[in-house]
Amino acid sequence: MMFICFYLHTHQPWRIKKYSIFDIGKNPDYFDEQKNREYLQRIVKKSYLPTNKILLDLIRKTNGRFKVSLSITGTLLEQLEKYFPEVVESFQKLVQTDCCELISETYYHSLAGLHATDEFKAQIRQQQKKLKDVFGVLPRVFRNTELMLNNQVAGIAEQMGFKAILAEGADHILGWKSPNFIYRAKNKKIRLFLRNYRLSDDVAFRFSTRTWTQWPLTAEKYSQWLNSHHGTGEIINLFMDYETFGEHQWEDTGIFEFLKTWPAETLKHPDTCFTTPSRALAILEPKAELDFPQTVSWADTERDASAWLGNKMQQQAFSDLYDLENSVKTIRRKNLLNDWRKLQTADHFYYMCTKWFSDGDVHKYFNPHESPYEAFISFMNILRDLEMRVENKQQRSN
Amino acid sequence: MKVLMFGWELPPFNSGGLGVACYGLAKALSQKGVEIVFVLPQKTDVRMPFAKIIFALSEENESLLRFSAYEQPRARACGKNPENLHCFTLFNLVEKYKQAAKIIARKETFDLIHAHDWLAFPAGLEAKKISKKPLVVHVHATELDRVGNQGPNQYVWDIEKNVMEKADRIIAVSNFTKNKIVNDYGIGPEKIRVVHNGIEPAEPQSASELLGAKGKNKMVLFVGRITLQKGPDYFLTAAKKILEKNPEVIFVMAGSGDMEKQVIEKAVELGIAKKVFFAGFLRGGDLAGTFRAADVFVMPSVSEPFGIAPLEALQYGVPVIISRQSGVSEILSHCLKVDFWDTDQMANQILACLKYPALHQTLRANGETEARGITWNNSAEECINVYNEILSTKI
Repeated sequence: MMFICFYLHTHQPWRIKKYSIFDIGKNPDYFDEQKNREYLQRIVKKSYLPTNKILLDLIRKTNGRFKVSLSITGTLLEQLEKYFPEVVESFQKLVQTDCCELISETYYHSLAGLHATDEFKAQIRQQQKKLKDVFGVLPRVFRNTELMLNNQVAGIAEQMGFKAILAEGADHILGWKSPNFIYRAKNKKIRLFLRNYRLSDDVAFRFSTRTWTQWPLTAEKYSQWLNSHHGTGEIINLFMDYETFGEHQWEDTGIFEFLKTWPAETLKHPDTCFTTPSRALAILEPKAELDFPQTVSWADTERDASAWLGNKMQQQAFSDLYDLENSVKTIRRKNLLNDWRKLQTADHFYYMCTKWFSDGDVHKYFNPHESPYEAFISFMNILRDLEMRVENKQQRSN
Repeated sequence: MKVLMFGWELPPFNSGGLGVACYGLAKALSQKGVEIVFVLPQKTDVRMPFAKIIFALSEENESLLRFSAYEQPRARACGKNPENLHCFTLFNLVEKYKQAAKIIARKETFDLIHAHDWLAFPAGLEAKKISKKPLVVHVHATELDRVGNQGPNQYVWDIEKNVMEKADRIIAVSNFTKNKIVNDYGIGPEKIRVVHNGIEPAEPQSASELLGAKGKNKMVLFVGRITLQKGPDYFLTAAKKILEKNPEVIFVMAGSGDMEKQVIEKAVELGIAKKVFFAGFLRGGDLAGTFRAADVFVMPSVSEPFGIAPLEALQYGVPVIISRQSGVSEILSHCLKVDFWDTDQMANQILACLKYPALHQTLRANGETEARGITWNNSAEECINVYNEILSTKI
């Protein structure tokens, strides 16, 4: 028997406005409602609605043999509830089939796991509560923002009762080992599911690349690749951004046809099954222990956090943001806490990345800022304003 | 390949960026094996070891140095020796240069002609007529840029349009300039090629100690002619807004020009005269020292075909804020960009650079690296492609 674990991650941030130094002290309204709604509208139409429909059809047509796992950040759920409740319903329908497992994470898609343990835990609890409220289920499996994992994060997740974590099957962690088995975090019980990045990125990144020698990727070809691992692996983890379907890869690339056909094609092999992490945990035993002394992510070729915290601006913004933690928490004002948390979303830091800025590339994707520098300026100005609001409240309560 | 190149000025006897650009390009071309004969109208003590220099209006072409009968009264009115070139008006000089070009084109052998900006256009066209060799005209600025898009001088405009129409190829220093040539001069885009300028690595200068006035203050720098084109008035408007937020800033304007008086008056009127320093036109060590002392460099140009000054600033490790209405903004990413009229945003960007050290450092480090990659070597290569293109179509 060989399992396919197909997992999609979906998220949208509360993007900030262009916020000038002259706005500080005058404008406590940081987030660009209009732009966020416009972006969301586009994604709902191009990706969420058509993809959810296909996923539901797949489950029905295969009588539940097709399975999928999903993570939906709190910041996205909030926006969908506000503007597009029909999309929330379509996610609920998927979860109700029992063939769709929800994976937990931080509510704000934040980098808190790299810095602030208490805040990290608080955001995971908030996400668990949100998923319980909206879907009636409490996830048992965790994924951190951008699959960022280190030994400490694994420890916190275990402590909070999670049974497994999704992680990147990075070469430098695995060495000669295969990502197509279940592993255990070092000195812990918590299990690790490792992304098979080659097979995942064949769809997520390369599907429409005409210069790729394997283009066009057909359901037959892809299923053949998957099924060729029989005998050498137990589980193939295909982890990708949900927006791969319809947004990163547009409809005219044939991505939806591909999504409709590859699962059934793969299931033609009598010993291939779809699964979800919780189901797999009950069947598969871990093969070895894996050590994550440094943070590993699924991003870029570096597979680290450098796209978020690689340059001085990102580091400064990050430390200034968390410097506010104590004061924001002691004054107990819900609006201030909310604003502070929405600013923790990793996207804000990603927009400040200068790594490949001159080339123009994926970092531009749905990026509301003209440059990483402008992203930094607006973010820092907002932080100054938030700081002033916090100070004002402190003085008043003294 | 041998090129007969018509310029107007070369450093150190230059009034602005044109001479610097001609020098850098000619040098890089010669390093790539292109033989260059560089023609200047007047004799100056310039050094160009890599090219043969011809001064068009020298003793050899004595007849041209004299005033025609028609010009004599004006020359006498100057009260000067009629053989003194300084008595010529600019337009006289352009005309004399054109006459001299005929003589030069007969004497020299070359494969093509390359003329820089309107002052040398008539000379280039004359050389083409005589030699029947192809003409490339290089547009570093148009009359519209020089007058900040308002009321071009008809004489200049006519020369530009006429020569561009007759040239075999036009090199524009940016897409910004190409669009002007197409939209405002009505030239077909098919014969225009864009070749962005480069920059020579800064020579180590013993920088002069500048400005005791700086003290603890942060310093914002403007370098360029004080003319409508360069947007000095927008710089001052932004300065006023900055000083309302942060009084510990001084503004230095290095350059001279016809708006100087107006700009000084505006600084007084805005009540910021104490904070604005007019350094005049700076060269060498003085300019290097000024760059080094600066915390931010701003180029608020209304219409800047290319704009080499921000690249110089980056070489000195100064972060730059540049007008979107500029050619250099097409090739520079590690900087802040602003519409020249949006002084609120300009002030916001300047304040942010002064307030957030991480921004300053990141802009500075990445900008310096980026500027290092913008070389005349690249420009020369693209220029040679243009040469090859016309030489092969002529055969």
